[in-house]
Amino acid sequence: MLHEKINNLNFEKLPYAYDALEPYIDAQTMELHYSKHHNGYFNKLQNAAKGTEVENMTLNDVFKNISKYPKGIRNNGGGHFNHNLFWSVMGPDKGGQPSGKLMEAINKHFGSFDEFKEKFEKAALGRFGSGWAWLIVKDDKSIAITDTPNQDNPLMDVVDENGMPILGIDVWEHAYYLKYQNRRPEYVSAFWNVVNWEEVSRRYEELI
Amino acid sequence: MRIVANIIIASLVAIGLNACNQQPENNKEKESEAITYEKDKQASDQSMKSTTEDVPDSEYSFGTLPYQFDDLEPYIDHKTMRLHYGKHHKGYYKKFLNAIENSDAQGRSIIEILKNVSQYSNGLRNNGGGYYNHWLFWHSLTPESGQKPGELLSTAIDDAFGSFDAFKETFNSAAASQFGSGWAWLILSDEGNLVVTSTPNQDNPVMDVSKINGMPILALDVWEHAYYLKYNNKRTSYIENFWKLVDWGKVDQRYKKAINQQEIFTP
Repeated sequence: MLHEKINNLNFEKLPYAYDALEPYIDAQTMELHYSKHHNGYFNKLQNAAKGTEVENMTLNDVFKNISKYPKGIRNNGGGHFNHNLFWSVMGPDKGGQPSGKLMEAINKHFGSFDEFKEKFEKAALGRFGSGWAWLIVKDDKSIAITDTPNQDNPLMDVVDENGMPILGIDVWEHAYYLKYQNRRPEYVSAFWNVVNWEEVSRRYEELI
Repeated sequence: MRIVANIIIASLVAIGLNACNQQPENNKEKESEAITYEKDKQASDQSMKSTTEDVPDSEYSFGTLPYQFDDLEPYIDHKTMRLHYGKHHKGYYKKFLNAIENSDAQGRSIIEILKNVSQYSNGLRNNGGGYYNHWLFWHSLTPESGQKPGELLSTAIDDAFGSFDAFKETFNSAAASQFGSGWAWLILSDEGNLVVTSTPNQDNPVMDVSKINGMPILALDVWEHAYYLKYNNKRTSYIENFWKLVDWGKVDQRYKKAINQQEIFTP
C-alpha cells in the first residue's frame, strides 16, 4: 500500500464486521469511521492527487517530503494510511500480549509490557485535540512511542520523531465519542482488548 | 417525591398534548419519551451540582449557561450541551485553575494571559483557551432564533465582506476547513477590521501564537465533541444550523466593546 502508486490504490475492505470489536468499539462508530471518515480521506486523496505529479508517486515517497506538498495531500494521504494501519492492527478475540522478538524488544526498551502500555497510554491521552499515538520502529531498528496531531504520522518529514509505525491508536473524538464521550482514558484502556499482536509482531519482524 | 411528581406531570402534559392533537396511538411512545427525558434532566442536574462543588474558590469564575441544556434543540441536542458544558468546559476550567496556581499568571485577567500565552505552559494555553472559548461560544448562542445583526455591525459586515451572505459563506468555509479540532471566529482585528479566521485546538485570536490577532465577537466550536452525537461526520450540517442560533444581540454588544477597546469577558 505504502509502495504503490497513489492512483492505483484501492479502498480496501475492512478485515472484519462492523460489530466485531464490540463491546470495546461499537458497531455504529466502526461503520461511520470506516465508511464515512476513512472513505472520505481516500476519496479526497484521489481528488487532490489527480492531474498532479503525486498521482504517480507512492505514499511512502510523498510522506518523506510532505512539507513540499499541499495540505490536501498531507491530511488525506495521512488519513488514508493511518486508518488502514489502524484497522489491520485490531481484530475480534485479540488483546493479550505480544510474544517473540517484539516482546523482547518491548521488555528491553521499556522494562516491561506494563511500562510500555503506560507510556503508550500517556502519549494517547497527552495528545491534545485530534491525532494519533504510535509505536514505531526507527531507522536504527530501535522501537519508540510517539504521537502526532491530526492526520500526520511518523513517516512525514513534518513530525518530531520519524520511523515506521507498527501500532497506532486514533484519538480523534470521532473514534470514540459515541460510546465514550469525553472519557478518552476508558477508550484507550479498552483498546488493549482488540490489539492484534500477531499483526503488530509480523510488521515488526519484517522491519528488523 | 419531587422527581416522581415531575415525571407524572410531564407524562400528563405529554398525554394531554397528544389528546389535543388527536393522536392517541402515540400516547405510549410520548409518555415514555417524557419519562426518559425527565430522568435524564434530573440526572444531569445532579451531575452539574457535583461538578460545581469540587472547584476551589477562585477569582476566575466559571459562569452559568445562559439557557437550559435542551433550549437549543433540535439544532444542538440536550445531551451534547450537558456534556459540552458540564464535562468539557468544566474540565478546561478546572485544569486552567490548576495550571495557573503555580504560575506567575495568577491574578492577571484571562485576556492578559491569552495575549501573552507564549510565555506560559501548554497547560495554560490549552485550558485557558478552552475556558475562554467556550464561554464566548455559549454567549454566541440563543434559543430565540431568527435574530439579525444590528445596524452598526450589519453595515460593518457589508463593508468588510460585501454582503451578509458573503460573510456567512466565508465563515462557513473557515469552520468547515479547520482540519481536526478547532474554532471559527468573527473578530475585530488589531488593525480595526472585521475578519473571519480559524484556530486549531483551543487556540484563539487573542493569543499571541495565532497568525491573525484581534478580539473575537462570534465563536463556533468545530471540535467533534461539539456535534458528533447528533451530526456524526456531517460537520457542514452542524455549521448550517448554527446560524439559526446566533445571538446577534450579544455579538452587537461585543462589537461595540471591541471598537471601544474594552476587554470582553464577563462570566
